[in-house]
Amino acid sequence: MIQNRERFLANVASRLSRTEVLSERPSRNWNYRPQDKTLTDKTQDELVDILRDQCRLIHTELIETDSRGLPEVLAETVDTYGGGPLAIWQDPRYEAFGLREQLEMWPKQGVDVHEWDPSIGHDNIGIVEKANIGITFSDITLAESGTVVLFSGEGKGRTVSLLPHKYIALIPKSTIVPRMTQAAQHISNQVQKGKAIASCINFITGPSNSADIEMNLVVGVHGPVKAAYIVIEDR
Amino acid sequence: MAMKIGNEKFKDNVNKQMEDTFMRGAVAGAQERLRTRRLDAAEELGNWEEWRSHGEEIRQHTLDHLDYYLQELSENLQKRGGHVFFAATAEEANDYVKSIVKEKRAKKILKAKSMVTEEIGLNSVLEQEGCDVIETDLGEYILQLDDHDPPSHIVTPALHKNKEQIKDVFTEKLDYKLTSKPEELALHAREKLRQEFLQADIGITGCNFAIAESGSVGLVTNEGNAGMVSDLPDTQICVMGMERIVPTFEEFEVLVGLLTRSAVGQKLTSYITALTGPRTAEEVDGPSEFHLVIVDNGRSGILGTEFQSVLQCIRCAACINVCPVYRHIGGHSYNSIYPGPIGAVLTPLLGGYDDFKELPYASTLCAACTDACPVKIPLHQLLHRHRQVIVEREGRAPISERMAMKAFGIGASSNPLYAAGSKMASSVMKPFTKDETISKGPGPLKAWTEIRDFPAPNKERFRDWFKQHEKENGKA
Repeated sequence: MIQNRERFLANVASRLSRTEVLSERPSRNWNYRPQDKTLTDKTQDELVDILRDQCRLIHTELIETDSRGLPEVLAETVDTYGGGPLAIWQDPRYEAFGLREQLEMWPKQGVDVHEWDPSIGHDNIGIVEKANIGITFSDITLAESGTVVLFSGEGKGRTVSLLPHKYIALIPKSTIVPRMTQAAQHISNQVQKGKAIASCINFITGPSNSADIEMNLVVGVHGPVKAAYIVIEDR
Repeated sequence: MAMKIGNEKFKDNVNKQMEDTFMRGAVAGAQERLRTRRLDAAEELGNWEEWRSHGEEIRQHTLDHLDYYLQELSENLQKRGGHVFFAATAEEANDYVKSIVKEKRAKKILKAKSMVTEEIGLNSVLEQEGCDVIETDLGEYILQLDDHDPPSHIVTPALHKNKEQIKDVFTEKLDYKLTSKPEELALHAREKLRQEFLQADIGITGCNFAIAESGSVGLVTNEGNAGMVSDLPDTQICVMGMERIVPTFEEFEVLVGLLTRSAVGQKLTSYITALTGPRTAEEVDGPSEFHLVIVDNGRSGILGTEFQSVLQCIRCAACINVCPVYRHIGGHSYNSIYPGPIGAVLTPLLGGYDDFKELPYASTLCAACTDACPVKIPLHQLLHRHRQVIVEREGRAPISERMAMKAFGIGASSNPLYAAGSKMASSVMKPFTKDETISKGPGPLKAWTEIRDFPAPNKERFRDWFKQHEKENGKA
């Protein structure tokens, strides 16, 4: 429902010296486009270097591995973060990257794993809130800022990356792009093609933090207090 | 609390704030750090001037076509199942939010930091309805606990408080028993607020930039509180100032990068979220109902005027962080939730000259604000323009200035008066003069000499010197 629009926009239009509300899309002819030449000449390996450097600034541990080494690296990282309970998405990528076995092994070792389950509705949130670590894949990864981009969806609850005490992002190397420019272009293309974009797109850059008390940086406020990125060589 | 935060006179506020040595130290230190971080981030990005020019052209284009983009935004959000309410006034906006609260019989309402909800005084309206309204940004939370102390900065609202003061607030209001270490204080707030997040009925956020092409609302935080507020309660309400919009995700990205670098020197903040309507049928978390309230509240009156460029503002506070006047008088002196150079331009436009005509004078016109602005708002020129309007159009120049100008006008327009006046100046000021300077001036000079010396009038007038000089050179 849209309320009060006509009167409101008629006033705006008249302030802009128009007799009625503009109905044709204005053309955007920018004189400047610095984003087109920012980091666009980097190779995928150079982008990983940039990401690695940036992670030092955002209090995030970066670990590099390949599909074969991933289960062990992930298990180690989970251990360093104090083990379970774990919360993960319902996402075919865990299997595709060879994690099925590890996911089945954890419960046998006493580490609870909750896979997001749309059929139990809101109960997911209570379970995820009690998780020690949330683990999700990154849909797009921004090298410049050290950001993982997560699109919400049926099996991809938004709270998995937010409510647990720590957060691990699994980053297939192919998801790494130079900066937010490329992610924005991807999303904008989806919109222009008439596709429905995710109801929640999260750009997450390291653990949560605040500088509200005497400008001192405190890492870990409402969201995770620690974050790690695992970059996976996937081609 | 609305935009105006007190009833004191500007001068009284300034005098009071100037006594607060902790505040002044805190502000100076914070300015230093924030300014350095911004400069470092700009240098690292490279081509900063080009980025600023791009930011400026995006903002100008959007304002020039604001009717189109607001129409597009509302259409697209409606397609995704969201509700859009256009509010011409603060009252209309508050009434709409109140109606949702009543319909949901909501008791507990969580908020993420939002300047526009401060501007319209939403919290007190909801509290009068018997709701428990909880601010979740750490800085705002501290201020709310401290009996609604007003914000003094638009990015770090509790800048004027030190950790001991914050500890005392926590001890008194939250039964806090630990030390004043920021980590311990923050952890305590985390634990307290986590419980609130899980029980809230409605979440209210502001909007950094809405995205017209998709009907999305973009939120920028570091703490992750906006995520909590928008993911957990079943009903979400976003309140946005009508000018806070961009055409597409591409412009969103540019402005977010300018905002985070200019505000805190980060490439991106920890959490940037683009929300598009309520959760879908397949999803489990996120709100089932999504409302967007688009607020005018005086903004359209600025559109199409000589002050339109102030609406380009992306609320980064870079201008505040470089302002020498803000550095000395602090945020509360401005008597508005919008302090500093941007506040001195915007507040009189939204709140009128009756209450805020002193603000455009709270500037040295040094233009540091204009240089710092990531979207190139000519802030010092707008401040100067305000002064012209106040004097010429409104006829409200400060009394002392009017009297001085009048006296000068009379004196300077009559030859004998001017001659007598300039001859007398030195002897009249003699009782106040010591070593060629005046340290304790009388009358209108007092305000000047309270903080610095004034040079004594020269004993020999220029005209007399000139005559003598000509004579000596044999020309007279």
